[in-house]
Amino acid sequence: MNILYLTIFVSLILAITFLIIFIISNKSGQFEDTYTPSVRMLFDDETGYKESKKEQTEDQNK
Amino acid sequence: MKKEEKLTCYHCGLEMHPSEAIWHDGKPFCCNGCKTVYEILNRHDLSQYYTIVEQPGTKAENIEAGDEKFAYLDNPEIAEKLLEFNDGNTHVVSFYIPNIHCASCIWVLEHLEKLNPGIKHSEVNFPAKTVRITYSAAETSLRKVVETLHSIAYTPHISLEDLDKKKPGGSNDLLTKLAVAGFAFGNIMLMAIPEYVQSEGYWIERFAPLFRWISFFLSLPVVLYSARDYYVSAYKGLKNKIISADILLALGIAILFLWSTYEIVSDQGQGYFDSLAGLVFFLLVGKYFQQITYKHLSFERDYKSYFPIAVTKLNGEKEEIIEIKDIRPGDRLLIRNNEIIPVDGIILKNKALVDYSFVTGESLPVEKNPGEKVLAGGKQIGNFIELKAESRVDNSYLTKLWSRETFSKDKKRLKNITDNVSKYFTVAVISLAIAAGVYWYLKGGLAIAIWIMTAVLIVACPCALSLAAPFAFGNILRKFGQVGFYLKNESVLEDLTEIDTIIFDKTGTLTIQEKYDLTWEGEPLSETDKMVLKSMVKTSNHPFSKLIYKYLKDVGVVELEYVEEIAGKGIIAFYKNKTYKLGSASYTGAPAGNVDSETWFHDGEKLRGKFIFKAQYREGLDQLFEKLKKRYEIYILSGDNPGEKEQLKQILPAGIPMFFNQSVHDKTNFIKDLQSKGKKVMMLGDGLNDAGALKQSEVGVAIAESSNVFTPASDAILHAENLIQLNRFLKIAIRTKHIIYAAYFFALIYNIIGFYFALTNRLTPLVAAILMPLSSISIVIFVTFLTKMLFQIEVDFLSNNDK
Repeated sequence: MNILYLTIFVSLILAITFLIIFIISNKSGQFEDTYTPSVRMLFDDETGYKESKKEQTEDQNK
Repeated sequence: MKKEEKLTCYHCGLEMHPSEAIWHDGKPFCCNGCKTVYEILNRHDLSQYYTIVEQPGTKAENIEAGDEKFAYLDNPEIAEKLLEFNDGNTHVVSFYIPNIHCASCIWVLEHLEKLNPGIKHSEVNFPAKTVRITYSAAETSLRKVVETLHSIAYTPHISLEDLDKKKPGGSNDLLTKLAVAGFAFGNIMLMAIPEYVQSEGYWIERFAPLFRWISFFLSLPVVLYSARDYYVSAYKGLKNKIISADILLALGIAILFLWSTYEIVSDQGQGYFDSLAGLVFFLLVGKYFQQITYKHLSFERDYKSYFPIAVTKLNGEKEEIIEIKDIRPGDRLLIRNNEIIPVDGIILKNKALVDYSFVTGESLPVEKNPGEKVLAGGKQIGNFIELKAESRVDNSYLTKLWSRETFSKDKKRLKNITDNVSKYFTVAVISLAIAAGVYWYLKGGLAIAIWIMTAVLIVACPCALSLAAPFAFGNILRKFGQVGFYLKNESVLEDLTEIDTIIFDKTGTLTIQEKYDLTWEGEPLSETDKMVLKSMVKTSNHPFSKLIYKYLKDVGVVELEYVEEIAGKGIIAFYKNKTYKLGSASYTGAPAGNVDSETWFHDGEKLRGKFIFKAQYREGLDQLFEKLKKRYEIYILSGDNPGEKEQLKQILPAGIPMFFNQSVHDKTNFIKDLQSKGKKVMMLGDGLNDAGALKQSEVGVAIAESSNVFTPASDAILHAENLIQLNRFLKIAIRTKHIIYAAYFFALIYNIIGFYFALTNRLTPLVAAILMPLSSISIVIFVTFLTKMLFQIEVDFLSNNDK
């Protein structure tokens, strides 16, 4: 049963790592604005948009 | 009139008459401003702006106003104070932009680099309506960045307040504390379970010390970090001789920790670390739930958030930009169109038309002639004026009001329900613990007596008690926020239940801001007259002009041969050999009358008549007052003359005292008098002239027409359209208090069960580990369910009533 020492140790390290990651992300202000990113992700892909626009104008030129 | 299809502006969505539309690129625009914004965006490949949300813009009327408007940002000292970060080349700055309102706004503001390549990165915080911009100082400047924003009608609001604002911290401490407590709670539970299920045997004896010591170390950050606020608040309470629930909590936490440590050190048992971490975790959840921030609202505004940063000073013929705080009496200042007058002063040049709507809520501007005195806080409309400063900024009439006593001291809070109940609870628990200790000392000796006392304090920990109010108030605060009633914090909600007197301001509170009943008195106007009139007022910024323009919204416009606005007098126009005049009585040759609410129209041959502007009262006031009268004393305090007294009397039920010509001090003193008679006062007002009264009252509610406008410092902000629901809000607040009392009763039952275990020496870690979360969670569910029900009933009732 000595393996318990190792498993408990590893699980605690893992849990603490996640806690630290959470604290760092909180400190960096990630949870300050939880609304804007939800809108931002719905915007069309920048480059794709430009290309389609170019095609459009080319079509018009023809 | 024949039915015509409604045309709306491609940029801002404003409805307009086909004859006034400006066509560009096959799209209609309502004004040149909107067209310009469209052109700029189109030229820079940003026309996607118009496809994310249709007609996303805000009417861009003043975007071309003056090149010098932002010249003060070139001043390095001012710029330095506004910047959040500056390493010589990379500058970071945050702006508050009131116009942010939709997804398109986010999109265009995050693509600013297309408009100004010097901008490297920009990020919008939508709820706070701010944008954070990183730019390269070598390629652009602060002024140019602001001008870029201005050119697309996202003008940032830069005020004196920004100069001494705190740099953003960016972290949420409570969330970190909560995370640490939750982490510890979960892991300690895992460590505690083996001993709960197996108390004897080789295996458990071998590993128990490991589990116990891990629990001990995991609980350290909870006790030392997460629960820190409770020690501080308990200490403060003791210092001020207030017995609060926090004392019992701090005591409970400390005793749980010390006793548990003692148990594992002396190898007596596993301790109560899981209950301890759980307790702190649940308390913090309650606290987090209660902590609601309305990021786009501010309850702490003073004159600084209205005042500009800099002003133009005249040195002979030379213009110089100075910071507002550097104004000295005797300085000659130049105030341009739409600029705020920063100090009291005498007008030297040009007629002033001062809009005091920020200050008084009265949106019709006041006319001032050279030689007359103007007060700081007003906004100049029309031509520029020259002003001789009479005082320094902090010595002006209005700014002085804010440094008065009422503003420097913290508001005295009414009694807090939780503190009130927990005072008795704390005293009762401590007496019970002592009594039990004495009993067991006589019966079984010192060791068991100490243990029983500890056990009583452990189970008495008022977790459920402390959670009831935060959850109930948190729920209601959130619901209120959804219907446009924003409270600063939960203690305002408690105060709402205590008040017995309500005072209303008139202008802007009972009347609708910037909304007037316009009536035409005189000969009927022909279609041509109307078209000429509309064309005359079209470009004018005077509120009267805007009102007439709206009044004639179904009429077309004509091309006038000549039109000129003479500041302080009126508008003159030539059309088809006729000279039209619109303006004051003296300008049009009419008999003098009430200047503030009339405008005359002269068609070149004779006086045709006048427009009369009357403040419009909100609908449903009579019912509201009828209902409020039953429970509260009501007063109306108005800064205006009693001209509308009769009209008010007709609208409102009889027997409501009204006072007119009340100055800022009068209002504050009126409330003080009431308070000295033991009254608890709620004040509703909107302008800065109510700020003193709002602060003096127990609950000061600022009325806001939209969430964009600036409101004076207050305890709550109420959306104007919901003013007539005031009695319902008050009722809900009172019912919430009843729910909390019910929850206290519930919590007390749990405590009695806990005391039974403690007093009979049957408290084990397992009992504590079950009882504590069970009581906390059931109380939270109970309270949440009831508050939801309460709101449901009230809201249903409300909508049924409307039908």
